[in-house]
Amino acid sequence: MLQGVFLISGLFAQKKNMNWILEPWPWYFSGPLIALTMFLLLFMGRQFGMSSNLRTMCSMCGAHKKADFFNFDWKAQQWNLLVVLGAVIGGFIAHFYLSEDPTTVAISAETIQDLNNLGFESAGKAFLPTELFSNAVFSEPLTLLILLIGGILIGFGARYAGGCTSGHAISGLSNLQLPSLIAVIGFFIGGLVMIHILYPLIF
Amino acid sequence: MRQIGFLVIGIFFGIVMFKSEAASWFRIYEMFKFQSFHMYGIIGSALVLGIIGVQLIKRKNMKSFFGQPITIAPKDKSFSRYMLGGIIFGLGWALAGACPGPIYVLVGAGYWPILVVFAGAMLGTFIYGLLRKKLPH
Repeated sequence: MLQGVFLISGLFAQKKNMNWILEPWPWYFSGPLIALTMFLLLFMGRQFGMSSNLRTMCSMCGAHKKADFFNFDWKAQQWNLLVVLGAVIGGFIAHFYLSEDPTTVAISAETIQDLNNLGFESAGKAFLPTELFSNAVFSEPLTLLILLIGGILIGFGARYAGGCTSGHAISGLSNLQLPSLIAVIGFFIGGLVMIHILYPLIF
Repeated sequence: MRQIGFLVIGIFFGIVMFKSEAASWFRIYEMFKFQSFHMYGIIGSALVLGIIGVQLIKRKNMKSFFGQPITIAPKDKSFSRYMLGGIIFGLGWALAGACPGPIYVLVGAGYWPILVVFAGAMLGTFIYGLLRKKLPH
């Protein structure tokens, strides 16, 4: 099946008028496709939520021996691990077969200027900042610590809030759930504090 | 067959996350700086369609592909856990520039340092499990 996807993507790449697929997709194309993902899962009888997989994976690693929270029937969550595996494969296909090389992100001129001032020279020239996500960081303990702390906050916060962007901002708000609205307001408070107050201190 | 369905949905989701640039650290930074409409457009358009679709599913009592009723489990009522958890998550989202979905997608895209973020997210989930009973919910 993967070969089929590669073949189709190759055909797309050959036709000049199909080059749009290699360009970044506009928001009015991407947003509806995210809604479609949620609906496909609902019609498969499941709910869209990515962070709960972290709990499942903790249980698989034996975390239930340390905390009751991980003592649940994780095998019933195997379907979601397949979605995760798919997301990994999707990232591979999108980066290596459906994108221009090098893959850049056309962020606004203002943003590039702000990031340059913070020391991010790769702004506008890469998909992720090379200052944080190139393999060179494996020899930079401070950068690794930043990434690790970011991850810990994501994992801890998502479970405490009972969901992340997919579970609350997309799935929960679509269902007009008040808890999801509170969580999303929290996401934004945290994000704004990090970018506007903490970034100038960290970088 | 169902299993292949979930895998294909995941692949689709992964491609959309990467091609929409929602998996880009730069887009998250730009969003929190209010310097582009891009991320708001993605989340907003997904949400408008999501709200309409979920209402339709409920009003028409639509069934899943396998004939079961579609139910969306309501979240427990609380304020503190959603607000506090939300703020902590937001701090991490903005620092790592990725939420859980894109973390998986970026592993596939070959940005290896994201594995450190992933390890952190597993650790954070584990720490929550240890501290859960001591936290206000």
